[in-house]
Amino acid sequence: MAARRSRIPATKYPVERFTLGNGLRVVLTPDRSAPVIGVAVVYDVGIRSEPEGRTGFAHLFEHLMFQGSENLEKLAHFRHVQGAGGTFNGSTHHDYTDYYETLPSNALERALFLEADRMRGPRLTEENLRNQVDVVKEEIRVNVLNRPYGGFPWLTLPPVMFDTFPNAHDGYGSFDDLESATVDDAADFFRRYYASGNAVLAVSGDVDVAEATALIERHFGDVPARPAPDRPDFAEPDLTAERRSSYTDALAPLPAVASAWRVPDPVTDFAGYLPYVVLAEVLTDGDASRLVERLVQRDRAVTSLGGYVGFMGDPFDVRDPTALLLQAHLPPGGDVDKVLRTVDEELDRLATDGPAAGELARTQARMATHLLRDTDAVLGRALRMAVLEQQRGEPGLLNDLPRLVGEVTDEQVRAAAATLRPERRASIEVIAGGAR
Amino acid sequence: MSVADVSPRALPPLGPNRRLKVPKQAERRLGNGLTVIAVRRPAVPLVELRLWMPTGRTHLARGAMLAQTMLSGTQSMTSVQIAAELQAVGGGLSAGIDPDRLMLSGAGLVTGLDRMLEILADVLTGATYPGQEVGTERDRLVDRIQVAQSQPAHLARTALLRRVYGKHPYAVQTPEPEQVRAVRPAALRRLHAERVHPADAVLVLVGDVQPERALDAAEKALAAWNGGGHTAELPPAPPLEPGPLLLVDRPGSVQSSLRIALPAVPRTHPDHAALQLANLVFGGYFSSRWVENIREDKGYTYGPHSLVEHSVAGSVLVAGAEVATEVTGPALLETTYELGRLATLPPKPDELEQARQYALGTLQLGMSTQAGLASLTSAFAGSGLRLEFLAEHAARLAKATVDDVAEVAQRYLAPTGAVTVVLGDAERIAPALSAIAPVRTEPVRP
Repeated sequence: MAARRSRIPATKYPVERFTLGNGLRVVLTPDRSAPVIGVAVVYDVGIRSEPEGRTGFAHLFEHLMFQGSENLEKLAHFRHVQGAGGTFNGSTHHDYTDYYETLPSNALERALFLEADRMRGPRLTEENLRNQVDVVKEEIRVNVLNRPYGGFPWLTLPPVMFDTFPNAHDGYGSFDDLESATVDDAADFFRRYYASGNAVLAVSGDVDVAEATALIERHFGDVPARPAPDRPDFAEPDLTAERRSSYTDALAPLPAVASAWRVPDPVTDFAGYLPYVVLAEVLTDGDASRLVERLVQRDRAVTSLGGYVGFMGDPFDVRDPTALLLQAHLPPGGDVDKVLRTVDEELDRLATDGPAAGELARTQARMATHLLRDTDAVLGRALRMAVLEQQRGEPGLLNDLPRLVGEVTDEQVRAAAATLRPERRASIEVIAGGAR
Repeated sequence: MSVADVSPRALPPLGPNRRLKVPKQAERRLGNGLTVIAVRRPAVPLVELRLWMPTGRTHLARGAMLAQTMLSGTQSMTSVQIAAELQAVGGGLSAGIDPDRLMLSGAGLVTGLDRMLEILADVLTGATYPGQEVGTERDRLVDRIQVAQSQPAHLARTALLRRVYGKHPYAVQTPEPEQVRAVRPAALRRLHAERVHPADAVLVLVGDVQPERALDAAEKALAAWNGGGHTAELPPAPPLEPGPLLLVDRPGSVQSSLRIALPAVPRTHPDHAALQLANLVFGGYFSSRWVENIREDKGYTYGPHSLVEHSVAGSVLVAGAEVATEVTGPALLETTYELGRLATLPPKPDELEQARQYALGTLQLGMSTQAGLASLTSAFAGSGLRLEFLAEHAARLAKATVDDVAEVAQRYLAPTGAVTVVLGDAERIAPALSAIAPVRTEPVRP
């Protein structure tokens, strides 16, 4: 097959960075090609930081941030964003929590006002807390308890791979923990983690830099200064012996399996980490990828297969420790052991022979498309830059990612594959309980 | 948190609205009947591709298998080669089918546009449906259907479609595993020859392209695509027939799936803009009465939503929520209450303004990415509209009055016109539901 090599294109989004007196870091990336803006506020606290006995608290708190604030009644936030023609949401990750809006650009000041108001203080009331505990329980029922493969593998694999509470616990939380959460817990959590010094604000899209800077000063400048808390070290030793676990999913009609191997520190060893990000795609991106060709097309041992770095699927928003994951659904009666043996075999082959001619280049071209497509949306840009600023102080890395992905070599991918040994692997197997 | 000692700050006003500008585009109908539309949005060096082919009245299982196997090989390439060649230009293609259309969609580096079009042409004119690959994909599709059939959302949707559409082709949209197992390669080759042809098909290209040049590229690659196939018109969808609530028993469910269908009109109907606004006020966005009631006030549910769904043969408004089993009755009661309230009392002017701004703003947002623009252009083209329709629709949204919205709410949102399906644990939820409406119970089936 002809090994055409596509030139990897780059973006040139401009980046303006500054820090307010209260420690809030700001990233602006103007682009006037469409009259829309993306606004993101990212707090450096996530699932890993929640206290023992309070599983699911970071996510529950995310809900409370929408329940009114200093100058806004309950429901006002939603109405003001949507009444300006915008959409909003928030999400809780292992290492951060984000809040964001996409709006027509005439709503810039309104969005800044809304975000600054809840950074000063959300309205933490007993009534709102109880209401949102109920809503979160329904969220868990719809996403985990009432459907097959709920929480697989992002909730079910970490407890196999990790030993410490921060890395291993259920980030959605137990109903018991959620129900026993108090308003005082929420107030403490806010004081500790939702400090101006622990947050990044990013604005992208149709903005004038000078005007946006002045508006940001006006609305966020007097948010009381609080420093970022010390972030604990969440490090855990690598596995030295294979770990396997399984559970029966009463609703699942087919078996499934997921495996993970630890990868280098995404922040302090980015050069060592990036080859794993590429490797995951070499193994699983599309019908021409190694494992799809072998396991789906040739052996028919699995019916679908995915691979990625980071338990939530985004390799550029996680800190150490994290992992490269593979997950697969098997046909009825499928043999999980055989699937794992075949994965080992293909990894050995890749580690020994390296990628085939053109295999790496075409994977890199496709990864460039994915990266560019994600940042085509103003919000994709704002969110990614906010997290890159928070975790690396380097929002402009967004422009460089397609090129850096393109510079990963055959030898680096080969070497990365060589580390994915069975003895470093943690696996979780779903036993189908719902087969008819 | 103490908030008492802080003087209130005022919400800043919005700046002036920006006019909705439709981007630069070009259109050409090729000699073989294919319409090509190219739209310029050069934000990133990519191009989005959507090929819509009408598929009314296609055999369900064969159609599903056609989509599943179309990219499995041609006279010159294997499935792996197709995927690899597309990947090499940063591209990818996938196929999907519904009762209206077969759709090939993808995206890639704009430098690879010519190559993507070449591969597309090869697939359209020379897909071979090789036995080995068809066998693999058949098993995969069967497995996927089985997984879908274990999802409450899928089961609730299936029951609603059957209840709403009766004998219309829209009534059943997922084939049974055994029907899929019976599909052979020869049937796929026949179906391809009959139905995969350029007449009435629309190809949309959006991205960092000069529209005329993109049309030239498409013409060069696809002018030779032919085939004496046929298209089939769908009969109009039947009107909704209200009746007893259909309770689908799924024992052991920890939630109930509530689905309510109400009448709606196509995009071009004079009532459409006002109906869209009425739907927003009711349950079509987060700041709606329904969401504020059953989520933010009562905590019954996580993500209730209502939406006007447009298909070629008709439109329908569908409201859906997953609610806790123990509050299924009360959740239905509040839903009926909110529908009835909007159908009998005019919305408040500020509620309407808020919904109007949202509708106008999301038009701007939907057009601001290449992918959004491509999907919008393609969906419009499928119902004979062009992007200019956006500006006309925006003008109608801007003009709709409280009276207009009250009138359409009475006509379309009245709970007496609703078709209701609830999927859940019948033993636990039937008593409360029966207190609100006549109930007919049936066992869950895929």
